[in-house]
Formats: sequence, C-alpha cells, structure tokens
Amino acid sequence: MVKVKVEFMGGLDVIFNKQRMHQVLIDGGEVTIKDLIDYIVAEMISNKNDIGVFVENGTIRPGILTLINDADWELEGGEEYVLEDGDIISFTSTLHGG
Amino acid sequence: MSFVPPSDPVNRAKKIKVSQLCEICHCRKALIRRPKNLQRICKLCFFHVFETEIHNTIVCANLFQKGEKVAVGASGGKDSTVLAYVLKLLNDRYNYGIHIVLLSIDEGIVGYRDDSLATVKRNQVQYDLPLEIVSYRDLYDWTMDEIVACAGVRSSCTYCGVFRRQALDRGAAKLGISHVVTGHNADDMAETVLMNIFRGDVARLEKSTAIITQSSGSPIKRSKPFKYSYQKEIVLYAHYKKLDYFSTECSYAPEAFRGTARELMKNLELIRPSCIIDIIHSGENLILKPKKSSKNELRSASEQQPVEVRSDGSVKLQRNTTAGFIDGGKCERCGYLSSNRICKACILLEGLEKNRAKVSLEKDTSVAGAARLTRALERLSF
Ligand SMILES: [Zn+2]
Ligand SMILES: [Zn+2]
Repeated sequence: MVKVKVEFMGGLDVIFNKQRMHQVLIDGGEVTIKDLIDYIVAEMISNKNDIGVFVENGTIRPGILTLINDADWELEGGEEYVLEDGDIISFTSTLHGG
Repeated sequence: MSFVPPSDPVNRAKKIKVSQLCEICHCRKALIRRPKNLQRICKLCFFHVFETEIHNTIVCANLFQKGEKVAVGASGGKDSTVLAYVLKLLNDRYNYGIHIVLLSIDEGIVGYRDDSLATVKRNQVQYDLPLEIVSYRDLYDWTMDEIVACAGVRSSCTYCGVFRRQALDRGAAKLGISHVVTGHNADDMAETVLMNIFRGDVARLEKSTAIITQSSGSPIKRSKPFKYSYQKEIVLYAHYKKLDYFSTECSYAPEAFRGTARELMKNLELIRPSCIIDIIHSGENLILKPKKSSKNELRSASEQQPVEVRSDGSVKLQRNTTAGFIDGGKCERCGYLSSNRICKACILLEGLEKNRAKVSLEKDTSVAGAARLTRALERLSF
C-alpha cells in the first residue's frame, strides 16, 4: 500500500470537484504512476464525461504537465515510476487561457 | 477565492546518478527537460536560462526605452502573470528604467472575469505594481455577455478579438501609455503561423511572427517579450515560483479551428518538442513577393520598421512587416484614432445595434430561448 499526495492545477481541479489537493491511498506491492492514473480515472473523476480532459489514448493528455516531486515525470521513468509514501504527484494543465 | 500554492516535495532523491545531474551546473539533480533543446537542467539553472532568454529577447529587439511607461496586458492568466513578475524582476536586475503598469480589461463575462480580476488585484499587491481596469461597458457600452446574447456564441471570438485588442490600446491611450506588452508565447505564435498557413492568409502570415506590431489606425506599440518562451516552461516557472494565476477556460471557448490547430500542435510537440520554435523560425523566414503598389513602397520607404531579432541574436532584414499608423485620422463615430473613416469596433458595434433592435421587436413572442434574451435585454441600458 502506498500513500501519496496528488495535486490538480492549471484549471484541472474543475473535474475533481474543484479540489486541488487529494490524499490518495492505493493498495498493492509496487504501485506505479500508471496504476495511479488508472485509479484517478476509475475512482476520482466524478463525471465520466470529463475523462477525456485528463487522459487520451490511455495516457496523460498532451498539454498536461506531470511532475513527480517537482521533477518532470519523463526524467523519472514516466509511467513506470514506482510510487513511494509521501510522494507529491502534480498534474497541471498548460492549455487554459493565458 | 484565495491562492493555494503547490506543495513542496518532502521526499528527497536518495542516490543521484551522474546521468541525472543538471547539464549546466553539474551539481544538482535535473528536474526539467527543456522542450527547445532537450537539455536536462535543475530548478535554479532553469530560472536563470528562462529569465536570461527573455532578457536577451528584450535587449536584441531593443524593446524598451529608459523612462518609458509600459502597460502589461494583465488577464490574471498564467502568461500575463508570469510576464508581470519577470518584467519587474528584469527591470530591477538590468535597470531598463521602465515604469510598469498592470492594465486589465473587464469584458463583463460573469463568473470568468470576476475571478480573474480578483487574481489581478492580488498580483497588484504581490508585485507592488499599479493596476488600471478598463471595462467594455465604459468603452463600448456593451458587455461580452450581452454581445454573446445578441450575436451568438459562435462569433464571440471575432468580437472578443477585435474588442479586446482595441480595449488594451484604448485603455493604454487613456493612461498616456504608448507601449503595451502582452503574454503571447511561442506556442501561441506557432499556432497563429499554422492557422494562417491553413487558411492561406499570406498577408497575416508575414506579420504573425513580428515581435513588435502596431495595428493600423492605432498609435500604440504592442510587443511580445515571450515570443520565444514555451508555454510549458511558463507554466513550470509559475509552478516553481508559486505565482498566483487564474486558470479557467474563458466560458466562450476558442473557435473550433483554433482549437484543432492547437490540438495538432500539442500532438506534434510530443513527437518533436522543438517543432514550436521551428514553426516560428519557418514563419520568420517566409518572405512574400513584394507588392507592386506604389502606395506600399512609399510607406515602407518613409517609415521606420521595427527590427526583428531571432533567438540566436541575429537581426532580420528590414521589410514591410507592419502596417503602421498612417495619417493620424480619427474614427468619425467614436473619435478613436483610426486610419479608416470608421474604426473596426464601431463597424462591429453597428452590426450589434441592428441586432439589438431586431431582438427587441421579437421579444414579445414567447418562444423558449427568447426568455433568456429578454432577461439579457432587461439589463441593457440605452
Ligand atoms: Zn543546474
Ligand atoms: Zn470608432
């Protein structure tokens, strides 16, 4: 089981009941970011019509910035990154109006 | 609504491999991969290169004069918030000697503009910069909500575009400021280049990459210090610096065409992150066949053109990229400076007034949907 903090920013919070910060508990041995994304889609997006705002073709939608403890997830192994207790995962939309 | 900054990480990387180190300072862990050149760098080096590139853009384009008053078109969104912050920082660091004012336009979009104006008001305090707010109501006697109720959602971007552009100029003129900087970034510019190519709009294509522009009929100079700054890096910068910005899509979403061009570019960027700067580069280097009209030749000979500078510091050859302010004429309707007899905003407003009259006549027929318009009309003052 792993306990992480998930943050949705840049307007993404609107599809999570306008709440930016969430504590997330996920069961399992090795939990990857991929598992977290699946969990978010299945359990946390209140209106299923909003799923396309967050994921596209099975992964995070282009234009959303994913950070693991402030580091670009591409530098941390992307979807394969194994979560640790206390990690802060943030998703920020870069698409909303300037 | 108050500002909640992003949380700081608590978990520290235990063992850092050499391959994970910053490619600039070689002593801290790389957190970012720059989309421009795929360089892996740390947070502090990122701040340094991000700010320095903007400084270089400003210096190479000779954007500011000492003592100049400069208005930042402040919407409360990420781009203009970061712009206000960075400009103030660079002005202090490099002593540009400019006076920065935040200039906000209140379009009158209930729910959207209220919250974003609240953000700008907080920015005013956070960055200690003067703020001026000019409303559509003051300028045009129409709010954006009323325009949409009258003209329909589909054409809202046309109105928003013309009115917003003029509103910034008019607002600046009212304050005696002749230079407005906007937060348009590299992504926006590349998107515009693509759209102009898709539409075959060659005239606009050539202008679309200029760092300094001036719309015909306006004495106000516009510039884009973020011309070479990636949207992704602007958001990252705001994130790391915990800048307070507002981020909800304008309720009158972009027209489908722009939305599709944006989607296309985001997908291209995944495969080739440098494509944004590459598209701008292509746009800069397209040169149109010179027009034969003698009027154009006369104008370009007598007029000093803004010089455009590329990221590598090279200067583009001067050519006729902007239709400058020509004759100092005024719009017959509103008295605003315009090279045409009647300015573009007044032409659009005329169309709206006709619609307003039509809608008034129809308002007795109680069809569903008309009720909403009637309510909108009740709020109108003649
Ligand atoms: Zn470094
Ligand atoms: Zn006019």
